[in-house]
Amino acid sequence: MNLLNFAKSKKDNFSSYLIVGVFLIIVSILDVFLNSFFSISYSSVIPGLLGFISPLIIGFIGLYLIRIEYSGLKYLDLVNKNINTNNFNAILTLLIIFSILKAIPPTMNWMILDANISGDSKDACTGSGACWTYIKVWFRRFMYGMYPNDLHWRINSAFILVIGLGFMGYFFKDNLKKYLALYYVIIYPIIAFLVIYYLISGGSFGLTWVETGAWGGLSLTFIVSFFCLIFCFPLGMLLALGRRSNLPTIRYISIGYIEFWRGVPLITVLFMSSVMFPMFLPQDFFMDKLVRVIIAITLFEGAYCAEVIRGGLQALPRGQYDAAKSLGMGYWKMHIFVILPQALKLVIPGICNTFLALVKDTPLIFVVGLSELAGMLALAKTNPKWLGFAMEGYIFAAIIFWIICYAMSKYSYNLEAKYKTER
Amino acid sequence: MSEPIIKINNVNKWFGDFQVLKNIDLEVLPKQKIVVCGPSGSGKSTLIRCINRLEEHQEGNIMVDGNELNENTKNIEAIRADVGMVFQQFNLFPHLSILDNCTLAPIWVKKLPKKDAEVLAMDQLGKVQISDQANKFPGQLSGGQQQRAAIARALCMQPKIMLFDEPTSALDPEMIKEVLDAMVNLAKAGMTMIVVTHEMGFAKEVADEVIFMDEGMIVEKAATKEFFANPKSERTKLFLSQIL
Repeated sequence: MNLLNFAKSKKDNFSSYLIVGVFLIIVSILDVFLNSFFSISYSSVIPGLLGFISPLIIGFIGLYLIRIEYSGLKYLDLVNKNINTNNFNAILTLLIIFSILKAIPPTMNWMILDANISGDSKDACTGSGACWTYIKVWFRRFMYGMYPNDLHWRINSAFILVIGLGFMGYFFKDNLKKYLALYYVIIYPIIAFLVIYYLISGGSFGLTWVETGAWGGLSLTFIVSFFCLIFCFPLGMLLALGRRSNLPTIRYISIGYIEFWRGVPLITVLFMSSVMFPMFLPQDFFMDKLVRVIIAITLFEGAYCAEVIRGGLQALPRGQYDAAKSLGMGYWKMHIFVILPQALKLVIPGICNTFLALVKDTPLIFVVGLSELAGMLALAKTNPKWLGFAMEGYIFAAIIFWIICYAMSKYSYNLEAKYKTER
Repeated sequence: MSEPIIKINNVNKWFGDFQVLKNIDLEVLPKQKIVVCGPSGSGKSTLIRCINRLEEHQEGNIMVDGNELNENTKNIEAIRADVGMVFQQFNLFPHLSILDNCTLAPIWVKKLPKKDAEVLAMDQLGKVQISDQANKFPGQLSGGQQQRAAIARALCMQPKIMLFDEPTSALDPEMIKEVLDAMVNLAKAGMTMIVVTHEMGFAKEVADEVIFMDEGMIVEKAATKEFFANPKSERTKLFLSQIL
């Protein structure tokens, strides 16, 4: 027993243990750091596998020595409590630190130090790193697709208008406040549709017609996501209410709808929308491919939304329904003023989840020949002049998608905090 | 005497195979105060929930203020608007302030202008002595305050009848009194009340009649003094000996 307790830190011998422990930890981390950044390794004097894992062993001994129940030193206690609670955690901590140290230099080299951004052709990329020239040259295509270069202002101004209209709700005066929901659920989508139709599509007011096949890039990602988001939410809400309805017809239709759309893959739905759907329409009836795709995704995601919202409805205690009914509220008043505000608040994280999935599903519209951001990348990487830069393209797309999705999830946290009330 | 405002005639109700209400007959006159007591599971709550049709009865008829309640009732919302209800768990709307809780139904069901509804709500909140809490949310209030707010909310609809479903059972002992005081004041103001409660002190003070229920049946129904002084059935005597 004495042997086991021999190296245990205690109050009386702690100061010397602390010095030795910290020294050993520094030695181990410094070894990996120098090895990774400057290719110097002093642990390699020890031969073989032992030399390879020696930083881990040294660091582990160091962490073991400084581990003590309560030392009174603030930062040491924090370390012990969070990353050094037992031997297993100590090893995990060291491994993570080492992996990060090992990963930084190659990443930095590739992305920044050895990368090229000057010039406007493949020849400018001489270094061994990334070729950001490729992104620079193709940037407009990635943003606007095949949309004519001199008309890009139309896309920009349409987006600014739509975003501006979206913020208009904040400036509503008190007497208009009660129409807020109406504005966002019905009026806003219609106006946004008209703005995008007349400005981006053109064809009237002296603007030249640009067919939707030429739309693309990030702007198409935004357009598709935007319309699917604002349409699938009310649809999901109605389906969720329908599934809990007392009327069997409505209930079974809702269940059937939800189970059908959740059961088919999105890619099949998109194929159907572009290949099968026109067959059922009369000869002279024309519906734009983009519109069909937006409808298809909306119907698909509406089913997911419905189930998320239903979860919120089910979480509400029955007493809320009883209280609303006993005050003489009918079905719609009860749901609009009492049930839905509470249920939707509960499902903000789930709805955000569904919406993020939707945004990341938009690249699938590639299968029907529409090229949003990821689709444009796939086109650009097969361009004979620019072969071999797929990596840069996908990293670029990943960063863009990450920014969009992170912004959305941040916004959902804000909403959660804003509508939080104590029960 | 005037016509009864509530007439319950031979009502039976089942939950699955289990019969919760057996041949219930009851008449309530305007301004009458009735206390319903009995052991748990005896059907007291179900009975008063049937009166504003939060539960549906399967046999017999219930008439409230001249309207019969059954599946053909078209204007059930209008009937409920005239019957206020207070619940054991308060059931305030947690996402609305106390004032909004009180004005929601008057504005949207009775179509009162917002200003009038607020004046009415502040008046009712004043009567239960929580007008200083009007802008707080339910979660910030004590249980007793929440229950008084719930009473005020029901009164804002200016109902003809008030139903109380064990209003003090979820409260700490020291909060029971403030809620009972509010109910006593309401009784003195002449409201028709049906109260399910175990507060026998309250029953003695305000009730005109006391009903004792067990196993879905009305075992005993008597004027208050008679009920406490001289209970007829053995079951009532046993119950009273246990809770008094």
